[in-house]
Amino acid sequence: MKGTIHIKQELCKGCSLCMEFCPKGSISLSKKLNLKGYFLAEFDDKKGCTGCATCALMCPEIAIEVYRG
Amino acid sequence: MKKINSRPASLKEAPFHYCPGCGHSIVHRLVAEVIDEMKLREKSICSLGVGCAVVAYKYFDVDTVEAPHGRAAAVATGIKRVRPENIVFTYQGDGDLAAIGTAETLHAANRGELITVIFINNAVYGMTGGQMAPTSLVGQKTTTSPAGRNPLKEGYPLKFSEVLALLGGSSYLERVAVNNPANIRKAKKAIAKAFQHQKKKSGFSVVEILSPCPTNWRMSSVESCRWIDEVMTKVYPLGVIKEKKC
Amino acid sequence: MSGTSTIGEAAIQAGCKYYFGYPITPQNALPEYMAQRLSEVPGGVFLQAESEIAAINMLLGASVAGARAMTSSSSPGISLKQEGISYMAGQELPAVIVNVMRGGPGLGTIYPAQSDYFQSTRGGGHGDYRTVVLAPDSVQELADMTALAFDLADNYRTPVIVLADGVLAQMMEPVRIPSRKRKKLPAKNYILTGAKGRPSRIIHSFTMDPKEQEDHNWKLVRKYKQIEQREVRYESFLLEDAEMVVVAYGTAARIAKGAIKRLRKENLKVGMIRPITLWPFPTKIIQETVKYIHDFFVFEMSAGQMIEDVRLSLEGKGRIHFYGRPGGVIPAPVELYRIISRHYYQSKRKKGR
Repeated sequence: MKGTIHIKQELCKGCSLCMEFCPKGSISLSKKLNLKGYFLAEFDDKKGCTGCATCALMCPEIAIEVYRG
Repeated sequence: MKKINSRPASLKEAPFHYCPGCGHSIVHRLVAEVIDEMKLREKSICSLGVGCAVVAYKYFDVDTVEAPHGRAAAVATGIKRVRPENIVFTYQGDGDLAAIGTAETLHAANRGELITVIFINNAVYGMTGGQMAPTSLVGQKTTTSPAGRNPLKEGYPLKFSEVLALLGGSSYLERVAVNNPANIRKAKKAIAKAFQHQKKKSGFSVVEILSPCPTNWRMSSVESCRWIDEVMTKVYPLGVIKEKKC
Repeated sequence: MSGTSTIGEAAIQAGCKYYFGYPITPQNALPEYMAQRLSEVPGGVFLQAESEIAAINMLLGASVAGARAMTSSSSPGISLKQEGISYMAGQELPAVIVNVMRGGPGLGTIYPAQSDYFQSTRGGGHGDYRTVVLAPDSVQELADMTALAFDLADNYRTPVIVLADGVLAQMMEPVRIPSRKRKKLPAKNYILTGAKGRPSRIIHSFTMDPKEQEDHNWKLVRKYKQIEQREVRYESFLLEDAEMVVVAYGTAARIAKGAIKRLRKENLKVGMIRPITLWPFPTKIIQETVKYIHDFFVFEMSAGQMIEDVRLSLEGKGRIHFYGRPGGVIPAPVELYRIISRHYYQSKRKKGR
C-alpha cells in the first residue's frame, strides 16, 4: 500500500505530534517557518508512507491531507 | 491516489487558535466527525462553558450558546427541556465543570438530564494562564500551586466522573484521552456512544477527555502526551466508568 | 386569587410554559402553584433547580431555545441571579424574573420591603445594562404587569423584572387574568433550534475585541433609550389641586393612598405620583408637576432608594420630604397620615413667611 501526505503549511504549528507517532518516521521538523513563525513539519517521501493516516489522526490542526492508492 | 481524510463538515473553516499540541483541537475534530457521521448537525445545540474553548462557536458549525462560567449544564437543561427532540451537548473544561460548575453538573446528572457532556480534563485552568484546577494532580506545579499541589492545603485531584457515576440519573460515563492514536480512536467511539445514549433517552452521558496542555504544563506536546500516559492516567484511569444498557 | 397564583396564572396565559424556581420565603407559593399548574399545561415544564443560580441559567437556556420562561425568587435569591441577568442582557435574551422583595440586607427578614430598588433599577450585575422594572401595587396589576413583562421582554429582547413584595404576593384580591393579546412582536430569528436549512447561530456575549464590545454596548444603550421614550408608566392621583405630592410605588403607594384619603377629608390637598415602571423612571411627570407643586413627599418601605431618582428628576427644584420604614415593617396608613400632615403644615408655614 502506497501513500503520501500534504501538510498545509499555514495551519501547522510545529507541535511534532505527527512525527512522534508516524510509524515510518518520515516526518521531521524543518527549519522553515510559516507566516506565524512556527517551524514546519516536513514530509520526506523517500522514507515511505503507507497512508495509514496516523499523522492526521494526531494532528490537532487538521493540517495533514492523506492520500492512499 | 485518493484523498482519504478531510475537515469534518461540522467544523467551520477557521483555523484553531489553540496552542500547538492542545487537546481541544483534537477533541473539536472528533466531536465534529461524530456529529457528521451520526447526522446530528441539524439537530445539535451546544452549550459552551467558559475556558480556552469559549470561542468554540468559531469552530463548531452547530447552534451554540455561551453559558456563564460553570453553568453550561444548567443552560443545557433549559434548552433540552424546551426542545427535547434536539441533541444538546455541553463542552466544558475541568475548571468550568468540576470547580465553579460542580453543583450544576452534579444536579443535571442527578436529574438524568438527557444531555451529553464533553468534559476536557487538562488539570489546569488554561485560558487564564495555568492556575491549579480541582483536577490538578498532587504535587503538580501550577501558577497558583507553585510548590506543587499539597493535598493538606489544596485538596485531592477531583475524580468527578466517578462522583457522577454514583448518581441515578447518569447512564454513560467514560474517561478517555487524546494523547496517542489508539486513545484518540477510543475517544471518538466514546463520544459517539455518549450521543447514542442521549438519542436513546437513557440518561445523562459524560465523556471525560484527558487532554494535553503543553503551554501550561511547561512541556513539549510530545512530553505532554507522555505525561498523560505515565502520570495522569494513574490518577485518572481510562475506561468506561458506568454504562447502563440502552 | 392570591398574588403568587395570579403571577403564575398570568404567566401561563401569556404563553409561559417553562418555570425554573427555588424555594425562598415569601415567594414559595409561586413555584408551588407552577408545579401544579404546569403539569396540567401540555408541554409545560416546572423544574425546581438546585440553586437560584442554576434556575436563572436554565431560564437562559429556555430563552435561547425560544420559549417564554420565567423564574422567581426573593431578595437574597435575586442577588444570586444577577450574573445570569447580566448575561441575558448582554446576549439580548427575553426573560421574566419576579422578585418578591423581603427585608435585607443579608438573610434579612421574611417580611415585605422595598430595599432592592437599587439592585433592580441600576442593574445588580456587571456591565453597562438596564433591566425594565415593573412595580405593581395590586393583585390585578400583578396580573397585568406579568403579562406586560413577557411582551416587553420579547419586544426588546431583554430581561424584565417584576418587583413585588411579600404583601402583594400573599394578599388575595379579585382579579381578571388577561388573556394573551396577539401583539405584533418581532420574530425570534435568533433562537437556537438546530441549524436545519439555515446557517448555525451563535448567542454569546464574549469578545476579545474591545471595539466590538463597545459597539455592542452602544447598541444596548440605543435599545434602552427607546424603552425610556416608549415604555414609561405611572399613575397620578389627585394632582390637580394638590399642594404636596407623595411619590411612592407598590405596597407603599397603597398605604399612601389610604393616608391621602384621610388627609383630603381634612382638606389637606395632597396628591400622589405612583411610578409603575421603576425603570424607565417617570422623570417627565415629576418635572411637570414641580412647576406647580413645590413639596414632594417620598415614602418607601426602605431606608430611601427611589428618593435618589426623584432628586435626579427634580434637578434641585422643589423640596423633598422623606419617610422610610426599612426591614420589613409595614406602617399603617394612619401613621403615614400623621407624618405627612406634619410635613404639610411645616411647609405651609415656610411658604407663609
